[in-house]
Amino acid sequence: MDTTDTVTSTEAPTSGIADGEHDDAAGYYTPGEPIIDSKAPGGPISERWSTRKFEARLVNPANRRKLSVIMVGTGLAGASAAATLGEAGYNVKTFCYQDSPRRAHSIAAQGGINAAKNYKEDGDSVHRLFYDTVKGGDYRSRESNVYRLAEVSTNIIDQCVAQGVPFAREYGGLLDNRSFGGVQVSRTFYARGQTGQQLLIGAYQALERQVSAGTVTMYARHEMLELIVVDGKARGIIARDMVTGEIQTHLADVVVIASGGYGNVFYLSTNAMGSNVTAAWRAHRKGAYMANPCYTQIHPTCIPVSGSHQSKLTLMSESLRNDGRIWVPKNQADCDKDPRDIPEEDRDYYLERIYPSFGNLVPRDIASRAAKNVCDEGRGVGPEVDGVRRGVYLDFADAIERLGLEAVANKYGNLFDMYARITGEDPYSVPMRIYPAVHYVMGGLWVDYDLQSTIPGLFVTGEANFSDHGANRLGASALMQGLADGYFVLPHTIRDYLADGPFEPIGEDHPAVVEAQQSVRERIEHFLTVNGTRSVDSYHRELGNIMWEYCGMERSEDGLKKAIDLIRGLRDDFYRNVKVLGSSESLNQSLEKAGRVADFFELGELMCIDALNRRESCGGHFRAESQTEDGEAMRHDDEFAYVAAWEWAGLDERPILHKEDLVYTAIEMKQRSYK
Amino acid sequence: MNLTLKIWRQPDRDTPGAMHTYEVADVSPDMSFLEMLDVLNEQLNDKGEEPIAFDSDCREGICGTCGLMINGDAHGPEVTTTCQLHMRSFKDGETITIEPWRSDAFPVIKDLVVDRGALDRIVQAGGYISVNTGSAPEAHSVPVPKEDADRAFNVATCIQCGACVAACPNGSASLFMGAKVTHLGLLPQGQPERDERVVNMVAQHDHEGFGGCTNIGACTAACPKEIPLDVISQLNKDLRTAIRHGH
Repeated sequence: MDTTDTVTSTEAPTSGIADGEHDDAAGYYTPGEPIIDSKAPGGPISERWSTRKFEARLVNPANRRKLSVIMVGTGLAGASAAATLGEAGYNVKTFCYQDSPRRAHSIAAQGGINAAKNYKEDGDSVHRLFYDTVKGGDYRSRESNVYRLAEVSTNIIDQCVAQGVPFAREYGGLLDNRSFGGVQVSRTFYARGQTGQQLLIGAYQALERQVSAGTVTMYARHEMLELIVVDGKARGIIARDMVTGEIQTHLADVVVIASGGYGNVFYLSTNAMGSNVTAAWRAHRKGAYMANPCYTQIHPTCIPVSGSHQSKLTLMSESLRNDGRIWVPKNQADCDKDPRDIPEEDRDYYLERIYPSFGNLVPRDIASRAAKNVCDEGRGVGPEVDGVRRGVYLDFADAIERLGLEAVANKYGNLFDMYARITGEDPYSVPMRIYPAVHYVMGGLWVDYDLQSTIPGLFVTGEANFSDHGANRLGASALMQGLADGYFVLPHTIRDYLADGPFEPIGEDHPAVVEAQQSVRERIEHFLTVNGTRSVDSYHRELGNIMWEYCGMERSEDGLKKAIDLIRGLRDDFYRNVKVLGSSESLNQSLEKAGRVADFFELGELMCIDALNRRESCGGHFRAESQTEDGEAMRHDDEFAYVAAWEWAGLDERPILHKEDLVYTAIEMKQRSYK
Repeated sequence: MNLTLKIWRQPDRDTPGAMHTYEVADVSPDMSFLEMLDVLNEQLNDKGEEPIAFDSDCREGICGTCGLMINGDAHGPEVTTTCQLHMRSFKDGETITIEPWRSDAFPVIKDLVVDRGALDRIVQAGGYISVNTGSAPEAHSVPVPKEDADRAFNVATCIQCGACVAACPNGSASLFMGAKVTHLGLLPQGQPERDERVVNMVAQHDHEGFGGCTNIGACTAACPKEIPLDVISQLNKDLRTAIRHGH
């Protein structure tokens, strides 16, 4: 960090509380040394990346094939990096749990990808994208990283177009853009409602081209279960071949984790069924710090849970809020009535009532919390699940009357069809029901400016790292970050590390390898021999309920402490009473899930401790104790303008908190307001 | 709803499998087909019987991981993926037959899970545009007519689930290949490798043990993304052109 940087925050502290006065998590953690160097170069923010690229040492092309890279995950952040490193001539091994790299969950992203191309000449620029991203993240991201993200965003579009990604185009044949996520410029590139799939196919094809060229070896249906650390450096992984059950050792000069986010700790989320934290968590247990794990993004317009059988949630584009009106009955007695029979005067359009100027278009976190509040009051609609109706109406009757059925169908037809398919209801005639759901995590493994974790030789890209979105991610920025990291950042920063390689060869009989192998085998053996009474899924569901209730949209000191106790109790029971059938020597989906859920227990506890420590509301993190009189989020820059990076201290030991202060030189910190 | 399920069970690739019958009670019409199988698996686990292995991931119809033959139809009675099929498409008391994808090129790994690696290998043979990272020209330097871009997008919506292969009496992957060849062939960026691409992909397709196309159309009928049959005509046309060019 440039020591000449000065904090230019002029915002008066909103709390009036002296630094360090609150220590809600006292007794749950151990204070550690601060992180004083994120390795970002100094100088003007617009030159830092050029400086770093120039200073990062080069690796001679002839030497690259002597260097080996392990890549865990094949979503946008993994496939793009594996392809790029393969093209450069390194020896790459790539792993994914899916049956094909093209299935990674990046594929589900709908809206688009941001880039500061300024094709609309509407005042966009690298600096504006940087500014919007830092502000959107509620001033909890590292400015050097965010600036670089905005800077390379334009290269991403060029690369993807050259690969044949079929972005939407205008009649003149040039690329179309739209505005997205409440920003005032049109910088979002899109491929109808499936931008994620089209970008991933581009990265996947580039990856398969390298498989064909022999630079990348692909291991599909393989799951990383342990990180191998030798002499303080990441040197490989233990992976399980999910088809044969074989426990394999893979060694390399460097390991990259691009395994995505951990939203499935909530059991129900918009993540894929298999999305998990295991690769990242195993690295955390070996010394990689976990940063801001409590930062979770909850999306307000998802299809509600229909029953206790629910396995996952489906997101609908929040563009629906442009024309739909959100309401619940004023009276609890009306909640099971046909909504069309409830007269206007008995409806509570609560967002329009509470936020008259923004109405139904308030930001994601505010819309989500308001929906939870009305359902908690007992005014939710739709089927009762565990005794509560969790849904609110999103009504298009006014829009249909104003614009006509055809215009509404043209705008939202695909979404209405999807809704009808899942719920069996016709949204053209009956109001839709929506409810918030977890869909992205901003927290992740701590990385420096080079995307290197606290374990030398372990790099982390995409949603798996914490670096770019602060406490809240803007729409269309997840795809941007994944591809920025994979195509344009990591390939430069990793070479500086690899310039010292190849590192001393290690054998499979090295004690660190033997220890990692043994720990994996013991864990598997344990799950298969407990022979308890409860399925893995039943534990996962219960953990998810705890997380959603106490560490979801609104968090409080009492709730979080209760959650920590509940999680610890449930985890103990899980190890003693889980029932996993079958063998370790073939495809065994219960066994796979058992390992993932075991790691979710430990992660969930840390998320609660992190949320407990952060007694402020920022972005996706809302602490009941830190709100204005009107119930708005209140940040405390005086106390919490830092990244909370947690070090593993052992099971049932207090995690160690390292703080990285957030210093802004190119931007001024402000409070959000939607009144 | 109460249902009788006849499900293919097979311990591994090399051990013969058989149909097994299960009863599942209290199925909600709002459940997805895969959630119904989740419920059955919970029941089996409770009884001490190993759960049925089946693939799924996104469960929102886009990743292409899931895929079952349901009463003989790939992805079942609706035009959608198995994960987006809901139990309201079935009747109380019905008997439902559930099998894995049928194709020599997709060997069964376990129960309802198959190995579709052959499709990845077809892509490896040429289903890409060769452009190294960093070497791309400015995105606006090559305009693409909107009509071509839209059509490229429409066929690029293929999710590589393999339903076309499972539905085809010949076990052909021509719809999958046709979609890829058409998508890349419609774009100016895809022209330099166009001949080589189709020749290499078709050679790999045949090598993997997929059958030839005889224009039956079962593929397009089963396709959850409604990829049109004419991509196969485009595939054939591109192949003829490549051969005429001496490939």
